[in-house]
Amino acid sequence: MSEIKSRLVNGLFKENPTFVLMLGMCPTLAVTTSAINGLGMGLTTMVVLALSNMIISLLRNIIPDKVRIPAFIVIIASFVTMMELLLEGFLPSLYDALGIYIPLIVVNCIILGRAEAYASKNPVLPSLFDGIGMGLGFSFALTCIGAVRELIGSGKVFGFSVMPSSYMPCAIFVMAPGAFFVLAALTAVQNKIKIAGEKKGKDMSKIGSGCSEDCMNCGEEGCGRRKFYDTDA
Amino acid sequence: METVKDLLIILISSSLVSNVVLSQFLGLCPFLGVSKKTETAAGMGAAIIFVITISSLVAAAIYQFMLVPLHIEYLQTIVFILVIAALVQFVEMFLKKFIPSLYQSLGIYLPLITTNCAVLGVALTNVTKQYGILKSVVNGFATAVGFTISIVILAGLREKMAYNDVPESFQGMPIVLITAGLMAIAFCGFSGLL
Repeated sequence: MSEIKSRLVNGLFKENPTFVLMLGMCPTLAVTTSAINGLGMGLTTMVVLALSNMIISLLRNIIPDKVRIPAFIVIIASFVTMMELLLEGFLPSLYDALGIYIPLIVVNCIILGRAEAYASKNPVLPSLFDGIGMGLGFSFALTCIGAVRELIGSGKVFGFSVMPSSYMPCAIFVMAPGAFFVLAALTAVQNKIKIAGEKKGKDMSKIGSGCSEDCMNCGEEGCGRRKFYDTDA
Repeated sequence: METVKDLLIILISSSLVSNVVLSQFLGLCPFLGVSKKTETAAGMGAAIIFVITISSLVAAAIYQFMLVPLHIEYLQTIVFILVIAALVQFVEMFLKKFIPSLYQSLGIYLPLITTNCAVLGVALTNVTKQYGILKSVVNGFATAVGFTISIVILAGLREKMAYNDVPESFQGMPIVLITAGLMAIAFCGFSGLL
């Protein structure tokens, strides 16, 4: 039980994929135009992440090491296709709102990253809950970012007006540039915490750079190792 | 019949109006990661143009001649990601063997592109918008040109920015994102073109 709990806490807070590890930035920016879209995207990703983690963990001793990444991608893509069809059938409004970003969950680095870093090395149950924890962390982050953008951009949260009627919505925040500004503010806060922590002598290496420094020499799990066919180099 | 006018509209809208990075957020990793120097940014852009154009051709052909006749269109995501991964590897091997000079300049960027969301995104957009093969290729090329334009501009700005006194918390990623946001505002201006 304690392990399950630690995996959930780890995904939600200690290694939150968006706020700490800075993975999966494309969907984070693209779908957070409102809190509900962020939540929908987060939960969809969570289902894919939990199920693919589970299957990859089950198959971890069968998949040969050299072809593991293509194998992982096929497993992930299968679950993404299932989710896509389910959403199209049962939640068409969300399906329309998320559009092309649903199939693009396949190339979300969080999922491949967790498969590489955790599920391919650990037993089934912790892997499943690692996926759920990471997915919840991702949903939490996307919902927060979506809520902030919706609040500033249209004065609403989850579609309910919360700002006084005298508030002039700053529409740019629900448009593309707003996404960059919100993420910039977020990473600045993260930098601040990192610098403050380092001054106190704490180990802050966990806080990711989002591969911002240099993709080619990126050491982050599931990111630098994405050069999967480059085995002879 | 596809008229030249249609193709021109696709060319302008995909490269400028709905820019792949600045309005669709695809291919952010290389956009933020490989934009420190103009030269490497241009190299990355060239590699992206090369790969996306070829992969949209192959993906569109596979969709039209394999998935549609067999009625398995729902497998598009799985098929496209595998085709793109294999294709990039094949292109890399081909260049290494036959055009070493081109490989010298593009080679290091190719491995980074395989699971790039822009490549898969273009292939899927082509299907969603029901483009034929010619339109798909034009759309792929235009999208990649849009990517190259934005990454080269960002790299140019970052080269200048290296001499600026940025507040400590904003150094690195945050200031780059703010620059990208300002570029996105500028690119919003292109929406009047169509």
